[in-house]
Amino acid sequence: MGLFILRRVGVMILTALCLTFVVFFLTNLYPNLEKLAKTQGNFRMSDEAVETYLANHGYLQPTPLKYAQWLGVAPGWVIEGSDGELRGRCFEPGLPAEEAPTFCGVLQGDWGYSTVFREDVAEIVSTRLALTGKLMFWVMLLMVPSALIIGVLAGMREGSATDRTLSTVSITTTATPEYVSGVILIAVFASSAVGLKWFNGTATSAMEDANFENFFLPVLTIALYGMGYIARMTRASMAEVMTAQYIRTARLKGVAFRNIVLKHALRNALIAPFTVIMLQFPWLLNGVVIVETLFNYKGFGWTLVQAAGNNDIELLLGVSVVSVFVVLITQLLSDIGYVYLNPRIRIS
Amino acid sequence: MEELSWTGSLGTIMDPVLYVVAALFVVLVALRVVLSLFVRAGPGVVAAADGTATATGGPVGLVDTGMKLSGLALIAVVLVYLLGGAVAGWPGAGIIGGMSRQFLPVWIALVATFALSLGFKRRLGLYGKLFDSVIGMIGFGLVMFWVFTGIFSAMDLIATHAPLDQISGMKNKVPGTPLRFGDEGAYPYYLLGGDNLARDVFSRMVTGSWVVVQIAPLATLFAFMVGITLGLPAGYYGGKLDTFLSFLANLILAFPVILLFYLLVTPEIVATGIPNYMATVLFVFPLVFTGVLINSRFHTSPMKRNLLIAVILGAMLWVYLSLISAGGTKVDVLPYWLDLFDIPGGILVVFVSVVFVNSPTVFRIVRGLAMDIKTRDYVAAAQTRGEGPWYIMLWEILPNARGPLIVDFCLRIGYTTILLGTLGFFGLGLPPESPDWGSTINEGRKLLTIYLHPALPPAFALLSLVLGLNLLADGLREESLKD
Repeated sequence: MGLFILRRVGVMILTALCLTFVVFFLTNLYPNLEKLAKTQGNFRMSDEAVETYLANHGYLQPTPLKYAQWLGVAPGWVIEGSDGELRGRCFEPGLPAEEAPTFCGVLQGDWGYSTVFREDVAEIVSTRLALTGKLMFWVMLLMVPSALIIGVLAGMREGSATDRTLSTVSITTTATPEYVSGVILIAVFASSAVGLKWFNGTATSAMEDANFENFFLPVLTIALYGMGYIARMTRASMAEVMTAQYIRTARLKGVAFRNIVLKHALRNALIAPFTVIMLQFPWLLNGVVIVETLFNYKGFGWTLVQAAGNNDIELLLGVSVVSVFVVLITQLLSDIGYVYLNPRIRIS
Repeated sequence: MEELSWTGSLGTIMDPVLYVVAALFVVLVALRVVLSLFVRAGPGVVAAADGTATATGGPVGLVDTGMKLSGLALIAVVLVYLLGGAVAGWPGAGIIGGMSRQFLPVWIALVATFALSLGFKRRLGLYGKLFDSVIGMIGFGLVMFWVFTGIFSAMDLIATHAPLDQISGMKNKVPGTPLRFGDEGAYPYYLLGGDNLARDVFSRMVTGSWVVVQIAPLATLFAFMVGITLGLPAGYYGGKLDTFLSFLANLILAFPVILLFYLLVTPEIVATGIPNYMATVLFVFPLVFTGVLINSRFHTSPMKRNLLIAVILGAMLWVYLSLISAGGTKVDVLPYWLDLFDIPGGILVVFVSVVFVNSPTVFRIVRGLAMDIKTRDYVAAAQTRGEGPWYIMLWEILPNARGPLIVDFCLRIGYTTILLGTLGFFGLGLPPESPDWGSTINEGRKLLTIYLHPALPPAFALLSLVLGLNLLADGLREESLKD
């Protein structure tokens, strides 16, 4: 087990390195840098001005070198600009140039500086992640129990009317992407023209003070899409367990149906959905981006859109490192959890 | 002219009927679900083959019958609306009728398809078996509805106005508003209202279906070609190749899809030509696939093989080259007079990124299937016969993996549709005035709390298409498991 985890962690780090390099490469292509220079300087810069700006700010070094600097394995650049000013990657405003550290990268805990928000990346990512964490907590709280209940109810009597109805419901929710269900939910529950006006159409106020009225719609929108999928997995697994030999034995012994479901079938039927729930995280991340944009909730997904739309290189890298690690760690956890939950694997 | 109501004069009779029938149906369905949780068995019990018993008769059976009858009545009422509308058009049957009239070619094509398929269903293999399952038929109907809508709207038979026409005085007008300054001969109403720029919502929705119907299946097909061509050897050989390819697939899968889209689809990246290079790589796979497919089958008779490869691959190569090369971009290999067609830049980029995102999942599925099937006896038999590895992969393993692959293909078209919508929703790739559903939803959502009608039709259109594909996949899975 220890070796397995060690190997997985190794692969994980390799994956993260590859992915951040891809992001780094794509954001550091010349047209992107040109756009960055123009948004930072002014939009009417001549080509030469762009070139000098980029050279003065260290953007024109070879990409692998820049990547190594970002990682913190190569010394940060110090360039005496064409305007005579000495600039350095690791220079802090207000600190003399001599006292700046040689290395300043992710490994030293320096995530860089966001050019859009004019703040430290580490700061932005942590506050935004906390906001999204709040959203995800409520999503999980709503999604997982309801999906499991729907799945178990549908799967315990395969082919019954309950099964048909609940399966149709779960197929419908998986077929409704967030931007469709969000629009429909806003139309029904939040529109000021017609509709019920029960909830708010935006969740901006939920960032400080989340209550049922301003937070339920975004939570429901994300939860609905994932719910159908988990429910269908649970249903399939439940239906499979219900045809197993030991369930038939229990039936023949005369155990009440309720006890068969609750005591014999449920625990075995929940092993498969566990992995599915963990593997839902990457998908949920997708949903988070859409829902946060739709409901104007300024969390992690919203930051991703802002960073990507403005080619904010270091923020984008920070965001992608975090999301890649979220995905990979949940994969690891789902593997480990599966081994622990499944006695057949655990004991052998 | 007066504003159109939803159901017109037909509605004065039919609306009350609809309300009663619909309410009855909903109540009975709810009752049936609740009853099945508490009431165990009715007087008549039918034992199923798997050892469970189903109740017939009794209160449950009664509700069951009622539910079926009211459901049928509901369908009948809806049919009356649609048929009445198709016959009477907008003056008599309101907005629904007007739309139904516009969709007339689609109805005819749908009826013809179903009549033919039901007539010959025993001779049509898996496709015919689909018509044994109600779920599958509903799904197939929904999908074909949008496919026909897409095709006919490309032939300009359905839309009432041009998708980009702005008519003054129609900004944000509610459904059924008559044109104020319509030209002679123009359709006199905006059936589903006007959007923020005074364009017809109905026509945009209908035209948008063509974008989806064109791109989604084709992109899925390409993703399958890539996934199959790489997944079969990875599963069959295993070892280092498998480790390497799986690592690559996981790499792409660990990427948040939206970040990838943002990185690939922005104009700056397009200017560097990276999407064109990716297209060059990704679109090679169908050629490789076909080449290997033909070679592995006919390598024993070189004459036939050479002929087939020359003809088929030659044609494909030409299409491939004219697909990837477009004047003015980084990949410009074919001279102008040889270039069959140019894909508009935005569409090519969207296409490439959707294929790129989808292929790793297909790869994983195919790899898993190949690993499972390669242990079968018929594969061992083929190995003993001395068949080459590619023959075994493509002519022994692949045909036997077709069931799950067909099901996944349907599901994946739905997923691709969702991805396309996501791209449109973030305003990536397609031009901003494009009528595709994602962009229209994105435009409509900005005024959503005041005007609902511009955002809802494309939302429901996308929902029904993806739902149809999911139901179709479900029906196919059910039917393919039966034998």
